[in-house]
Amino acid sequence: MIRVLVPSQLHAYTGGASRLEAAGAAIADVLDDLDRRFPGLKFRIIDEQDRVRPHMRLFIGKTAARDIRAPLRDGDELLIFGALSGG
Amino acid sequence: MSDLLIGTRKGAWILRDEGGRAGWRLEGPLFLGQIINHFVADPRTPDVWLVAAKTGHLGPTVFRSTDAGATWAEARQPPAFPKADDQATARAVSHTFWLQPGHASEPGVWWAGASPPGLFRSEDNGETWESVAGFNEHPMYPKWAPPGEGTPDGPLLNQIVIDPRDAAHMYIATSTAGVFESLDCGASWAPLNQGVEANFLPDPNPEYGQDAHFIALAPTRPDRIWQQNHCGIYRVDRPETRWTRIGKAMPPEVGDVGFTIVPHPRDADTAWVFPMDGTDVWPRVSPGGRPAVYRTTDAGVSWTRQDGGFPAEQAWLTVKRQAFCADEATPLGLYLGATNGEVWASADEGESWREIARRLPEIYSLAAAPAA
Repeated sequence: MIRVLVPSQLHAYTGGASRLEAAGAAIADVLDDLDRRFPGLKFRIIDEQDRVRPHMRLFIGKTAARDIRAPLRDGDELLIFGALSGG
Repeated sequence: MSDLLIGTRKGAWILRDEGGRAGWRLEGPLFLGQIINHFVADPRTPDVWLVAAKTGHLGPTVFRSTDAGATWAEARQPPAFPKADDQATARAVSHTFWLQPGHASEPGVWWAGASPPGLFRSEDNGETWESVAGFNEHPMYPKWAPPGEGTPDGPLLNQIVIDPRDAAHMYIATSTAGVFESLDCGASWAPLNQGVEANFLPDPNPEYGQDAHFIALAPTRPDRIWQQNHCGIYRVDRPETRWTRIGKAMPPEVGDVGFTIVPHPRDADTAWVFPMDGTDVWPRVSPGGRPAVYRTTDAGVSWTRQDGGFPAEQAWLTVKRQAFCADEATPLGLYLGATNGEVWASADEGESWREIARRLPEIYSLAAAPAA
């Protein structure tokens, strides 16, 4: 399983949960798993061309990831952040 | 009796009419912190409300209510472009800008306009949306919507208008190429910009390239189209194809720049504009700091200033495309929402105005809805 950190911007989808577990061998798979459980969540992070939205940030552990095809291993942590986006 | 649905840069609010437009009660916020570009009720099914939303971080979506705002759910498939093979030219919806209930003969149908310019259609009251290939994949699209160009809010397909006599007859307004017409429910489009200036291009009278801020059909004469353009106020009476710049009759010291125009629902010769300063560096605020609407009752031959109740000085209002509207009452009620968070109302067809809300966030849209 992949441990997932969900930012406050998405708590409306997760019922307030910030720490979740999800299944998947790549970031895309994990986001698909989350989207099945929390419909609509993925599209607010990833656009229709599978690009990470400009003000969202993904990390695998401490390593930034911009390609949702990036592989994950069991036990990895996927951190999702809302980056700075203006006032 | 109407309620007013308010979309702002920081959420949505509702102004409830507490009786005869004499008292108003502010409810909200809804979707606090979300950027609400449009908040609209369906005149065919008044309990259906749609909201176009995004946030600074999150991507765009549409929220739906089928009980006049008591409960909300998110669209299962918001407006989105088709997946592209070439990532270099792949388009993604930045935000949905305009939500349009469909023709009276097509219950459940809605249309959406987006940035970058995109046209989308829903047949299930906004639950799922499909890209309209007739515009979005048109061979001329790269010229009608050049990448990288646009307003501070991005390049826009900012409006969709449907002929009340014919569901297949539509117009759209864009910030990148002006007005287009479709006779086949969006399957094909042709520019409709003859006579409209584009004074920011080498050819000031191009076939396309104009910035159409707002268009409106006269409800009792749908062949009449009013347009508030970046370059003035225009009118065309179809089947004519050449627009006339009726804004030339505005006082020169006021000019005819603005974002929006509101037709009278029962008088095809009457419409209102809210002029803004388009001189020098384009302040886009009330000329001279003295807000006023201007009304024509003769199809744009002449304009009359209406500023009763507005501050006489030092009031620098900006009213955006979606933020000037009318109700259906007699006498007609007019409402405008300003970017400084004030809502102004007139219950006497523009003769006198009063502030009915203040200190809201920057107002993007204001729409009248049948009172619950």
